[in-house]
Amino acid sequence: MSKENGLIYRISGPVVTAVGISPRMYEVVRVGDEGLMGEVIELHGDQSVIQVYEETSGVKPGEPVIRTGQTLSVQLGPGLLTQIYDGIQRPLPKLEKSMGVFITRGVDADGLDLERKWDFEPKVSVGDSVDSGQVIGIVQETETIEHRVMIPPSIKGIVKKIESGSFNIKETICELEDGTEISMMQEWPVRHPRPFSQKYAPDVPLITGQRILDFLFPLAKGGTAGIPGPFGSGKTVTQQQLAKWSDAEIVVYIGCGERGNEMTEVLDEFPHLIDPNTNKPLMNRTVMIANTSNMPVAAREASVYTGVTIAEYFRDMGYNVALMADSTSRWAEAMREISSRLEEMPGEEGYPAYLSSRLAEFYERAGRVRTLAGDDGSVSVIGAVSPPGGDISEPVSQGTLRIVKVFWGLDAGLARQRHFPAISWLSSYSLYPQSLDQWYRDNIAQDFPDLRTEISTLLQVEAELQEIVQLVGSDALPIDQQLTLEVARMIREFFLQQNAFHDVDTFSDLKLQYEMAKAILTFQAEAKKAIAGGALLEDVVNIPARTDLMRGRFEKGYQEKINQMISEMSKQISESLEVN
Amino acid sequence: MGGDIIGAAINPYSRQSPEAFIQTGISAIDACTSLVRGQKLPIFSASGLPHNDIALQIARQAKLVGSDDDFVVVFCAMGITAEEYNFFVHDLERTGALENAALFVNLADDPAVERLITPRLALTAAEYLAFEHDYHVLVIYTDMTNYCESLRQIGAAREEVPGRRGYPGYMYTDLAMLYERAGLVKGKKGSITQFPILTMPGDDITHPIPDLSGYITEGQIVISRELHQKGIYPPINVLPSLSRLMNAGIGPGKTREDHKSVSDQLYAAYAQGRELRGLVAIVGEDALNERDLQLLKFADIFEDQFLRQSRDEDRSIEEGTLDLAWNLLSNIDTKYLVRLDQKWIDKYHPTEKKN
Repeated sequence: MSKENGLIYRISGPVVTAVGISPRMYEVVRVGDEGLMGEVIELHGDQSVIQVYEETSGVKPGEPVIRTGQTLSVQLGPGLLTQIYDGIQRPLPKLEKSMGVFITRGVDADGLDLERKWDFEPKVSVGDSVDSGQVIGIVQETETIEHRVMIPPSIKGIVKKIESGSFNIKETICELEDGTEISMMQEWPVRHPRPFSQKYAPDVPLITGQRILDFLFPLAKGGTAGIPGPFGSGKTVTQQQLAKWSDAEIVVYIGCGERGNEMTEVLDEFPHLIDPNTNKPLMNRTVMIANTSNMPVAAREASVYTGVTIAEYFRDMGYNVALMADSTSRWAEAMREISSRLEEMPGEEGYPAYLSSRLAEFYERAGRVRTLAGDDGSVSVIGAVSPPGGDISEPVSQGTLRIVKVFWGLDAGLARQRHFPAISWLSSYSLYPQSLDQWYRDNIAQDFPDLRTEISTLLQVEAELQEIVQLVGSDALPIDQQLTLEVARMIREFFLQQNAFHDVDTFSDLKLQYEMAKAILTFQAEAKKAIAGGALLEDVVNIPARTDLMRGRFEKGYQEKINQMISEMSKQISESLEVN
Repeated sequence: MGGDIIGAAINPYSRQSPEAFIQTGISAIDACTSLVRGQKLPIFSASGLPHNDIALQIARQAKLVGSDDDFVVVFCAMGITAEEYNFFVHDLERTGALENAALFVNLADDPAVERLITPRLALTAAEYLAFEHDYHVLVIYTDMTNYCESLRQIGAAREEVPGRRGYPGYMYTDLAMLYERAGLVKGKKGSITQFPILTMPGDDITHPIPDLSGYITEGQIVISRELHQKGIYPPINVLPSLSRLMNAGIGPGKTREDHKSVSDQLYAAYAQGRELRGLVAIVGEDALNERDLQLLKFADIFEDQFLRQSRDEDRSIEEGTLDLAWNLLSNIDTKYLVRLDQKWIDKYHPTEKKN
């Protein structure tokens, strides 16, 4: 490939037009005297339009543009985990070393440490026939995760030589009969999905420990979820809770165009958090991509693709991966900004007309699959959406809702009452319960799905009753409906509310969720009986055991005590009947 | 020494988490939307409301509990009238704060394009003071709405494709490049805390200016016309107000161990009390049960005694604000106070505490 040089002709923000080169679409080029990284996004005859991943102030027409012949790719191999990258896979700690605390430009950094030695343990021997995606050896990358070194896609053959021992990721560790040399590092263009052999139906839940999510609106492994909500309604906290507690083996967290201080909080907090499943730091399973709102807008556009490609790579090893993107609206805005600089014909609200197809392409990279090697792996995608003014009729929310199967709708009203997570039980939905119910029956309890139906029916009934209460007051309702209101209040305050910042309450496993739901329904059944027998609603509602039960969820060892608390509550209710 | 006023982005990895509580002496802010050093917390106001008084009161009273470090103030005026400018300068002069302040002023009749530069100059100065000379800097800018109007004016003059309500599509990025210059960085002692003031056109919080700001800043303090008309100062509506960094800045060793519980309980009780006002208007108080009556009464007490304070009243966080909150909450039966841990009730409740 000839590396011809061109010249800058025009600059508009992050968009640069060059003449004198004839690159291919999506080829990476070096722009200006400082060699800023850019990507070709449009070609008009001899004019190439380039989006530049770094700040362009001070760059002027006439400066050189150099082709590299490559497309925008990420480096994949041991060393990804625990890393913190910017949108184009430059490690932020390395950037700090070379530029100081402020991000300047023109600095290149490899995504992976090319020098570090890893202990490679082979899993194939000489003479074995190997195929694309097959695991040829493993590296213990972090305490909890073994990195499975795979044959890159579209390569196969017979092993001629296989190494064992300490190597860096560029060294050849395997040679095939046809002379192909394989190292631990692969490169993959971010805009292309990695191949797999088959997509499965999602029938295993992604357990998050968040009661409203697991119990009412579950997400399947390999599923897609959207979290739209106005600012201040708790999108970021919800995303972070998922990153902390979901039972995926690998977590990829993309902070896309969000706040710097919030990103720092994540970066500070994660290394100290302990994974409840392995008792090891959560960071061991995490890759982070941080592109805050004031970092270059084109890199924000790329960050989502960088993240999903890394997620797919771990999926190919047979892991369950959860990918959080906070927020996809900022990503869409980056597309809009670049589109308007390109002077493209705008679609709805100034977004480019290809917005919804880009969103669909992104979410379609999720899924539970049979990998090329025949293992099961999944990528679950959870995208936050920040609709202007909280109005989800705007294009990004609508484009997202057409694709995702789970909708966790955040509600400003709930957030104002400090009901967190502020996920509305009336507007949210999940299309997965049908396919997941069998799993819940087999693994938690036979009547788990029935409890879900009962709880959500109660909440629906409450919403209807509340409308009447708004007009006539609650005392005007018949006593059984007043009881329903009390039970629904209990569901809201005791079950749906969950304090993310409380040591104990932050995570509830499915068994506990089931017991808590059971406790509420037991209360309802016992109270109904007592009231039918002549007890006063006030007496039944104000029994001390109920308050204990509700406050108890903040205490350690709650899970062991809950059954005892339930029977104490039943006892007190029957006592209240005897008093009268 | 000269500096490029555009300002480079801080590497997120090099930032330090903001977690030092700033006591403003205003109960509504200290208890419910606590401010921490390095935060950017805008005041969402509207024309005719006393946002300038609140900003000045904060500038005057802001301090770290248990520390002598004082703030220096960088004041950035964008498109304000000469009258408002005089008000600020006069107040800063009167209280002696002017000696610790740098002022960047662009008045209403100055060129619009200059307005786009003013905050960048101010922030560059703030960065110089904070990161070269270890000062804790409080940046107050007023009024962001005028800044955004200028951005739109210049965008239109450049014949750019307009976005929502005619504002340029890159307004989010542009605002982020100002707001994101708040914070603390590793290895430097100083800090930048930002207090942008913006007036919401037509009191509309979904207008692009407050909306985009809210997505970048770490919370917002919302000024309410309704409270102002009731004669309450500061008329802060705590319900839509929020501080995202609050949890990092409060609790044992920072404010007090019960702070989070108390704040949650205040919010919940006040929100329900306000909701009940709507109901009472239709059906009268007779239709309420005992719990609802107590909550309804609490909403009035909360506005009258907790929110209301005078312009020079500087309440300390423990005695002035949290103890006051407990006193007011004791008007509600403890069995309805489900947000409070039992151990805090035992320790702090004025009538039920166990010594």
